[in-house]
Amino acid sequence: MIKVKNNFSSPLWSDSSLACNAFKEITKLVSQIYSETGEKIKFMEVCGTHTMAIAESGMRKFFPPELKMLSGPGCPVCVTSQGDIDRIIAIAAIKDVIITTFGDMMRVKGSSGGDLHSMREMGADIRVLYSPLDALRVAAENKDKKVVFIGVGFETTAPIIAQTVFHAHSGKINNFFITPLFKLVPPALKAVLSDDKHKISGFILPGHVSVVIGVKAYDFVVKKHKVPCVVAGFEPMDIIGGINMLLLQILRGAPKVETEYFRAVKMDGNKSAQAIMKKVFKIASAEWRAIGSIEKSGLVLNDAFERFDAFKYFKIRHYASKEPKGCICGKIIMGQALPADCRFFGKKCVPSDAIGPCMVSSEGACAAWFKYGG
Amino acid sequence: MKNKTIKRILLAHGSGGRLTHELVKNLFIRKFSNKILNKLDDSAEIKTKSGRIAFTTDSYVVDPIEFPGGDMGRIAVCGTVNDLAVKGAKPLALSAGFIMEEGFEIKTLERILSSMKKAAKEAGVEIVTGDTKVVERGKADKIYINTSGIGFIEPKIFLSPSKICNGDSIIVNGTMADHGVTVMNARNNLGFKGNVKSDGAPLNGLIRKILSSCKYIRCIRDLTRGGLGTSLNEIADASGFSMLINQKDIPLSSGVESACALLGLDPLYVANEGKMVLFVKKREEKKVLNLMRSHKYGRQARIIGSVLKEKKPQVRMKTLLGGERIVMMLEGEQLPRIC
Repeated sequence: MIKVKNNFSSPLWSDSSLACNAFKEITKLVSQIYSETGEKIKFMEVCGTHTMAIAESGMRKFFPPELKMLSGPGCPVCVTSQGDIDRIIAIAAIKDVIITTFGDMMRVKGSSGGDLHSMREMGADIRVLYSPLDALRVAAENKDKKVVFIGVGFETTAPIIAQTVFHAHSGKINNFFITPLFKLVPPALKAVLSDDKHKISGFILPGHVSVVIGVKAYDFVVKKHKVPCVVAGFEPMDIIGGINMLLLQILRGAPKVETEYFRAVKMDGNKSAQAIMKKVFKIASAEWRAIGSIEKSGLVLNDAFERFDAFKYFKIRHYASKEPKGCICGKIIMGQALPADCRFFGKKCVPSDAIGPCMVSSEGACAAWFKYGG
Repeated sequence: MKNKTIKRILLAHGSGGRLTHELVKNLFIRKFSNKILNKLDDSAEIKTKSGRIAFTTDSYVVDPIEFPGGDMGRIAVCGTVNDLAVKGAKPLALSAGFIMEEGFEIKTLERILSSMKKAAKEAGVEIVTGDTKVVERGKADKIYINTSGIGFIEPKIFLSPSKICNGDSIIVNGTMADHGVTVMNARNNLGFKGNVKSDGAPLNGLIRKILSSCKYIRCIRDLTRGGLGTSLNEIADASGFSMLINQKDIPLSSGVESACALLGLDPLYVANEGKMVLFVKKREEKKVLNLMRSHKYGRQARIIGSVLKEKKPQVRMKTLLGGERIVMMLEGEQLPRIC
């Protein structure tokens, strides 16, 4: 787009002639691999922001037919289990509770069909915030209410929420709580890799998660599973560069963890973000949509900060809720199906009236396909 | 309605996107149905013996009421003036209705009224009638303004999506999404500084200038709620033609681009208050562009794409990368994302 004054982005990130040349190279590499192995190449972009960027840039039309990009379990809303969504909705129904949340959670449906949006229309006090720190302001202004921030997200979101909890702790704010439903990316990759039927040829790894955790955390993908990995940024040329690097790794037969997003990602990650997470959270098992419980795949509040846990405070138990019948969000986030494979897609399931979370979240694969046409 | 499960009014019904569209079409049009209303134009066109009158109304509920580049008063005047102007009408008179909350500061009201006076003067129109109501504290949020306007449509001017032809050029008069991003920034104290400023402006002067010297203007729309993306979809629907726009040609200020990138918003769906999209026969595109650029509200005007005849009308965008994607009507509200 034409910028009146440009000091933020580089035009090269979406340059069409660069992209054109890159795709010629990619097509050449893909056909070389295909002629050697006879197998189609299936790369997974783990992060929902990558899924959106691919759809938004319209790059799919340049992919050779032997190359498929599949979405992965990297959209925070999409991987939240149905039971946990029901627990959030149960808290929103409690008297004198103010729910504060990022926007994406507003329209994810509980198993009884209601969502935070509809609860707000019915009178529940639910506020969309841009920063979890704003929730502390809401708590200070509403001392007679309990303010709950919906803590959903990966290693990108967890540090700022940890920071918020720490502020609440040092500021002795007693009416603030979070729902600790954080998830970790490396265990999700393990779950994807454990599926022998749907082999992934390479991973485009999430850029911002890697800014926080560094790149060593992915070593097991290469060492144990021999699957190529590239950490990529979110501009179209980042993703195209990442695909190119993955193809070269396959051709060389030497899988490794490479970084394309070196302008932001350090080998060891962001130490202070890691430190605040360690201070406030501990690793625990977590419930994933479609996958179920994965050991050591989530973050919950540790003993020193346990009193901020909304589920414990309000005594909300675990729900064994069922996912919507016929919805294939689970398969989509595991790279086993594409949105177009779902019979509800674009018919019964649209962003404003979605059945599954992949259609709701601004990072969901179905929302991306619906909005931009794949 | 498509969404049979929706039983109450949602915020998204006010976003200007698909739900607003469905609500108007399936409820209001069904109840009030008449030839003039059913056209769903920015202004109603009423034929009289002495000529054609354009008549329109709009309500303003923006929070906060004052923001960089303007306030609710300025957009209340400009919005209605623009609804008349895009029909090719010369605004003649406005009405203004005020619903105020008990406790609202008179000083602020005075500032809003001064701003309305200034905008009306700039647009060359007077506010000739009005109404005030006060509701109990908590029953309204500070102040809501409704303005209505009438104007005469010049005899030889017929602007409508039905005039659009294959190959026409699509032109906008400047940067997109400024108003929406400014208000969001001010409302939530997001702290984006610099060139993020509302674009609220009366466009009747600019439109008059174009209409008085160009022969092949087909249709003009002011781009408010729902943004460029939604307007193009409405016009594609109404005209039966597809639109292909080029991402590289869509003007965007760097502040707005950064804000949208950080918040996960698509500037194509963010509101404007001083922007329009204009359809013109290709051979007259340069002339329109030059006229726009010589006016203070059209300096950053750009040709952003063209009209195509296809089996099924659709809006598509050629991306910076050279790919192509669909531009849908806005679904629900745009919400800030998690990461």
